[in-house]
Formats: sequence, structure tokens, C-alpha cells
Amino acid sequence: MNKWTRDDIARRVAQDIPEGAYVNLGIGLPTKVANYLPKDREIFLHSENGLLGMGPAPAPGHEDPELINAGKEPVTLLEGGAFFHHGDSFAMMRGGHLDVCVLGAFQVSASGDLANWHTGAPDAIPAVGGAMDLAIGAKQVFVMTDHLTKTGECKIVERCTYPLTGIGCVDRIYTDLAVIDITPRGLEVIEIVEGLSFEALQNVTPVPLIHAPRAA
Amino acid sequence: MIDKTVTSLEAAVAGIFDGATVMIGGFGTAGQPAELIDALIAQGAKDLTIVNNNAGNGELGLAALLKARRVRKIVCSFPRQADSQVFDALYRAGEIELELVPQGHLAVRIQAAGAGLGAVFTPTGYGTLLAEGKETREIDGRHYVLEYPIKADFALIKAHRGDRWGNLVYRKSARNFGPIMAMAATTTIAQVSEIVPLGALDPEAIVTPGIFVKRVVAVAGSAALAA
Repeated sequence: MNKWTRDDIARRVAQDIPEGAYVNLGIGLPTKVANYLPKDREIFLHSENGLLGMGPAPAPGHEDPELINAGKEPVTLLEGGAFFHHGDSFAMMRGGHLDVCVLGAFQVSASGDLANWHTGAPDAIPAVGGAMDLAIGAKQVFVMTDHLTKTGECKIVERCTYPLTGIGCVDRIYTDLAVIDITPRGLEVIEIVEGLSFEALQNVTPVPLIHAPRAA
Repeated sequence: MIDKTVTSLEAAVAGIFDGATVMIGGFGTAGQPAELIDALIAQGAKDLTIVNNNAGNGELGLAALLKARRVRKIVCSFPRQADSQVFDALYRAGEIELELVPQGHLAVRIQAAGAGLGAVFTPTGYGTLLAEGKETREIDGRHYVLEYPIKADFALIKAHRGDRWGNLVYRKSARNFGPIMAMAATTTIAQVSEIVPLGALDPEAIVTPGIFVKRVVAVAGSAALAA
């Protein structure tokens, strides 16, 4: 079996982002998606701190401390891009104006609940940022994550045990083993990594899966 | 003649009292009015409640205000960062109170205060830890949480250019919370890279109209960013 690498997952997510989409990429792993957006599509990247039409990192020496992304890294603005204040930025999120957001996850439940902001550990300093607004605001919420934690527990669970970010908000999960849609019928596995059987995938996933392969 | 410009940072932060609620603009250090914060540290007000997206970066600006033990409580969305060591230590020692707010709540609660609203119903956070104990309502089949406005006695913000009427324009992503905080505080104090003559700002491009601003101070040095 050839598990997908993080770049493979990012490339796979990028394929599903259509021309003209307004997209927010969460901090961490999802930012990799930007590297793989098809060059022949115009896609608008939104950043919670007030950017639309966000471009790639600037050339060394051209960083501007007042032009940063949600992860507080220097970025650029594409021609046609715009700046706006936080009220407008979160209205874009909460108001359902974004087509897609891509988020990381600690856990996703069978019904699409997402936990990605807090482990709940008593000594952890909680920080939530824009995660809750993104989770419930975009028309489609994609999660990208490893299928299993480092200690082998599946991140797709019947019920999240970590504090929730949003309820019933996730539409599709991209892991290093599979692409899974969360539907009213259940969890539909639409792609599996080469060399892994559906049964083997089900064996490491503690919730019932439906085999629903789709032609790529 | 109305002239909201003041000639010193000391005059800009005059009157900020012990126990005041102070909004501070910025997302990380972008848009953070570092010079106004330094002036506030020198001015000496203590027991403050600070509203900011974060809880300080490194040792300067907001982090320095925390380090000087002037802050009783911070209202923010994302305190924990790679360089939030000052806040982390105070929090773990139980020496600062934290009200953790989803970032969109921070924005909309500040906007509610500025717009004179009694509260807002927002879908964000419904069913989560951060909505526990809060009033909820189902509207058109969707669940909402009731969130109350965040008002402030003072707002310290950073803009790019301003005039003597208090009109402001911002620069790039340093705009972030500035325009909405300006509306939500009794006294909004803006530091700008440049004070320009009345009429020099394009009325079509003014982001914060002067009605929301009480004092404007020019800060030499942030002009490095003016290009």
C-alpha cells in the first residue's frame, strides 16, 4: 500500500476546487493546498485577517509585515485582490459566501461533527481563532488529516471525544488512506489509496463505511 | 476649528484610567499600535481589560503591557502562539483572566457595540464548549447563540493616514480590527504614519469616517511602512 503523503492529499484536495471558487485554507496542513491549485483555474483565496485574492509568499527581501496570512506569515496580494476589515471578513465566512474551506482535524464524527481547536487537556491554553466560524460558514467544508493518529487511533469516530468546533459541518474527509463523503446515507468511501482493500480500510475505521467508488 | 490631532503620544493616551476596558487593534503585530501601547505603559494605567485578537507576541507591544502587569483580563480569540510566552506564563500562574472568544464573535460583538445593538444571534459555536450556558434560539431551522456586545472605554488603533477631522485610511492587512474597534469605544485614539491636510484623503476611499475617532497622533518611524 502506498499511503498518500501530505502533498498527495493537498494535490487531491486541490483537484476538487473549481474555477471561480472563493476558498479559505485553514492554518497548518491545509495551506499546502495552495501549492497545487490548477494553474488554469482562477480561484480566490480568502484569509480571515482581511484578504481576498491572496497570492503566494513574497520573494525573499520583499516581505511586508503588514501583508500577512492567518498564520501570520508574509504573503502577497494578486492583481484584483482586496483588503477589508474583520467584520466583513467574518461576514464572508459566517454569511455563507465562501464556497470551500479546508480544515485540519483532531476528530471527525460519522455525522460530520468536527473537533479541531482544543484537546481539552487541563494544562492546555485554549485558542480558537476563526475555526468555529469557518466550520459552520462555508458552503462546503473539507477536512484533510491523517486517517490514524500517531498512536494508531482512527480520527473518524462515532462521536468526537475532543471539544467540538462545529456540529454536522463536514462534507468530505481527505485522509492518507481514502476520500470519504459524509452523506445522509452514511460515510461513502469514494476513493481508496492503491493497494488497500475496502475491508482493510473498514478494519481501521470504527464506524460503518459504504463502498461507493467514483470514477476519478 | 476642529483639530483632533495631538502632538505627542503622551497626550494621545491621556485619561486612560485604572480599570478601563481598552481595545487594541492588530492581528498579531500587523496593525498593532505599538507606540500607543508603549505610551500607555509609560502612562501607568493598570487593572485593564484588553480586547485584542491575540495575547501578545514576543516581548514588545501588547506583550510588554502584559509583562508590566497592567492587564487584569484579556478578551481574545487566539492567545496561544509560538511567541506568546509572556501571556502563557501569566496564564499558567493564574495572574491573568482569559475570556476566549471565537474570532468571528470578537468581530461581530465589537460591531454590535459600535452599531448600538443589544445583542446578536450567531450560528458560530452552537453546541460547543464556548456556547455553554448561553441563550440559544432556532430561527428558520438553524440554531443560533445569543452573544452580547463588547464595548470599550478606549480603542488604540493603527491606521496609515489621517486628517484633523479623524478620517482614516489603513494599509494592507493592518486594517483588520481597526475600523470596527474605532466604532465600539467611547474614545478612539489612532496612531498614523502621516497626518495629511483636510481634503487630501479621497472621500470615496475613507475607511473610518472621523465621527468614530477622537484623537490622531502621527508616529514617526512607522513611515517606513508607508511605501
